[in-house]
Amino acid sequence: MKTWLTPRNFVVAALIAFLLLLPLYTSSTGNYFLLSLFTRIVILAMAATSLNLILGYGGMVSFGHAVYLGVGGYTIGILAYEGVYSGWLQWPLAIALSALVALIIGVLSLRTRGVYFIMITLAFAQMIYYVALALDRYGGDDGLTIHRRSQFGDWFNLNNKTLFYYVCVVFLLGTVYLVYRLVNSRFGRVVQGSRSNDRRMRAIGFATFRYKLVCFVIAGTLCGIAGALLANHTDFVSPSMMHWTRSGDLIVMVVLGGMGSIFGPLIGAFVFLALEELLSSITEYWQILLGPLLLLVVLYARGGIDGMLSRWRRD
Amino acid sequence: MTETLLKIEGLHKRFGGVVASDDINLDVRSGELHAIIGPNGAGKTTLIAQLSGEIAPDAGHIYFDGRDITGLATPACSALGLARSFQITSLFLDFTALANAAFAVQPNLGHSFHFWSDARNDPALVAPALAALSRVGLQNRAHAEVSSLSHGEQRQLELAMALANNPRLLLLDEPMAGLGPEESARMVAMLRELKREFPILLVEHDMEAVFALADRITVLVYGRVIASGDPVSIRANESVREAYLGEQDEEFVDG
Repeated sequence: MKTWLTPRNFVVAALIAFLLLLPLYTSSTGNYFLLSLFTRIVILAMAATSLNLILGYGGMVSFGHAVYLGVGGYTIGILAYEGVYSGWLQWPLAIALSALVALIIGVLSLRTRGVYFIMITLAFAQMIYYVALALDRYGGDDGLTIHRRSQFGDWFNLNNKTLFYYVCVVFLLGTVYLVYRLVNSRFGRVVQGSRSNDRRMRAIGFATFRYKLVCFVIAGTLCGIAGALLANHTDFVSPSMMHWTRSGDLIVMVVLGGMGSIFGPLIGAFVFLALEELLSSITEYWQILLGPLLLLVVLYARGGIDGMLSRWRRD
Repeated sequence: MTETLLKIEGLHKRFGGVVASDDINLDVRSGELHAIIGPNGAGKTTLIAQLSGEIAPDAGHIYFDGRDITGLATPACSALGLARSFQITSLFLDFTALANAAFAVQPNLGHSFHFWSDARNDPALVAPALAALSRVGLQNRAHAEVSSLSHGEQRQLELAMALANNPRLLLLDEPMAGLGPEESARMVAMLRELKREFPILLVEHDMEAVFALADRITVLVYGRVIASGDPVSIRANESVREAYLGEQDEEFVDG
């Protein structure tokens, strides 16, 4: 029988326990820098988890996933700038717009595959990046400061750092669970089958395009929510949040943690951002150190850190 | 009693200067196994690809059960009950044999926009998938990953997937490809079982198998039908022997 006590599950459980208990430490010591760092990690882990849905399970290598961070974030930022602070208005709109952008990008790019798919998603992301750059009214290149976070009523104040952190954690764990249900449902089986052998999937009777498109839209929408969280976290949006290097970071998190594994992106985001923080305190050129590490993982740890942990037991 | 299930009329397909299908007419009746033979490059796989909707013909018509399905997309052809097995094994290598068969069961149950309940242990998928695996003798390998199956087992799985797909007619593209003599014999026995249940259009190189199984044989050379008829008349046909079986003459006569 399968045992639940594997190194992988232990690491995941420890990670989740750590995330849940962190505020106890930070509020007792007043170390809000650490809380802020982990709020960012949690939000980007959610974005990476959404990317994993299409990249790891669907085989759709989107090189423009950060664009939804921007769409979600800018929806919050622009509405706040125009004096609309109600979260009940901002959030549904952020969700709807991310879904719409994902639908448009998906309809056009899912007709291609392989390198062409990578390039076309990148091209769309760059297009929207330059649109944000050209939004002079909303700060253009300099970005836009958000003076008030989304308002959900007096009893739910996102300015409370600990509360906001927990909101992000709930969204992250909710996303992870949603992805878990999705990929094992009939819908998810079609998406996974299409990654494995799209031609055969069509031959046995699935019009795979529409399944992939719905999957693409779900992933974009989830990432849009992460963008809305990120905007509230930093009280600031700028085009750089959807720069193509940010899309690259998300891919790195997924690959590092383990493509097509439920908790892989969480582990990947944690390790990537923690390394970024640590290495950048050592040297300004921290990417020189990160690069070789990544190379090692890609070359020697198929399935990323998650795959490494899963194999550990068998040896 | 014998109705025509699949009917092909005047099928044409060319790729640049190469004529792959040149005015092909043939049909498959219920209860029969119709074999298509021909030398390499005769356009056999191209024909199957057109029947399964993967390639659109340039001219001509394909009728399935009285309905014109010419140019219909692959998933739609499959939904009507045209189940295809592939010459070059085309499986889901990173999944188990059971999961492969379950993939083929899933479209029989309507659309798959079900986002929540776990499909991996859904009896509606697993039970028919296991049944299909049993029919081809793979029930003991159900939980083996496909990449770890032998070539012969993968060929069996190809067939199981066509069976799991709720077929009304089987399009089998060289099911014996790459099989040893023993495995081939097993496959022939299996197909003999299956042809009682399903009409089959069989493309095959293995002459022994074709003559053992076929009710009718059509010979394709350079995309053209040069002969069609029961095995005895094909065996006796002069132009077939000339065009196709020169060096295999002996096997052909004795076969």
